[in-house]
Amino acid sequence: MHELSITENLLEITLRHAQVADVKKVTQLNLVMGQMASIVDDSVQFYWDIIAKGTIAQDAILKFERIPATFHCLDCDTKFTLTNQADFSCPHCQSTCVQVIGGDEFRLDSIDVE
Amino acid sequence: MTRIPIVEHIMEANTTLAMELNERLNAANVFAVNIMASPGAGKTTFIKSTISLLKDTKRIGYIDGDIATTIDSEKVAELGIPVVQINTGGGCHLDSNMISPALDKLPLNDLDLIIIENVGNLICPANFNLGTHLNILLASIPEGDDKPYKYPPMYRGVDVLVLNKIDLLPISQSCYNSLPMNFLHN
Repeated sequence: MHELSITENLLEITLRHAQVADVKKVTQLNLVMGQMASIVDDSVQFYWDIIAKGTIAQDAILKFERIPATFHCLDCDTKFTLTNQADFSCPHCQSTCVQVIGGDEFRLDSIDVE
Repeated sequence: MTRIPIVEHIMEANTTLAMELNERLNAANVFAVNIMASPGAGKTTFIKSTISLLKDTKRIGYIDGDIATTIDSEKVAELGIPVVQINTGGGCHLDSNMISPALDKLPLNDLDLIIIENVGNLICPANFNLGTHLNILLASIPEGDDKPYKYPPMYRGVDVLVLNKIDLLPISQSCYNSLPMNFLHN
């Protein structure tokens, strides 16, 4: 449900940049989303198709690049990628003193325009 | 085809507004907390108990976010403090844009603390900073010990984790000794 607010923000950012660059049409949005960002891609595209209608960004394709969640173990210094969603412990020493160092991304990287 | 680089955080608009709210609260010398939890975790009861304990020494205001009804704000208003009800009309979270007019309705200069009760939901509120000084998550024992794994953005975004309904621990199947506590401090 929060995807609607997110899509509205996305449209605002897109149109603002498209206006500055004085383009005719926005054809694609290149989004970078971390695994830890709770966003449903299809849902954002669904709202986009409705709210972007009538703007120069109508029919734009939303392309999502997903970044895996990566952790840093504070006990043994191991860096690891999350493989099991229900286990954040270090694969090397099993410590749960871990920090997330990647996978939080939630940004619009660029737009493709004509 | 031309590619225009942007690199902008998608929640930028909310974050900017949240910073303005934070400045406004600081200017009025008011400390604010955003309390989040799943539905039924005990947010309103926890808040009422906290207000009862503090209200003789602190001047407290309360903002409640719910999809519908004024059930919670009526309960809290019985304690004799100023309350504002936000009905999101289906919206699953509070955002900074809703908090701004709510602050207008509170006597900011006569308050020390504002408690914001977010919509009961472990997903959406995690994405929306409200400009408060603390984000507090209330987790109740019956929800189970797997929730940090199932709702990582919520558990990661909080400053304080409160375990509620601990009297149910003896009959709970969950193990709370192995919660990934460090995970909370990222």
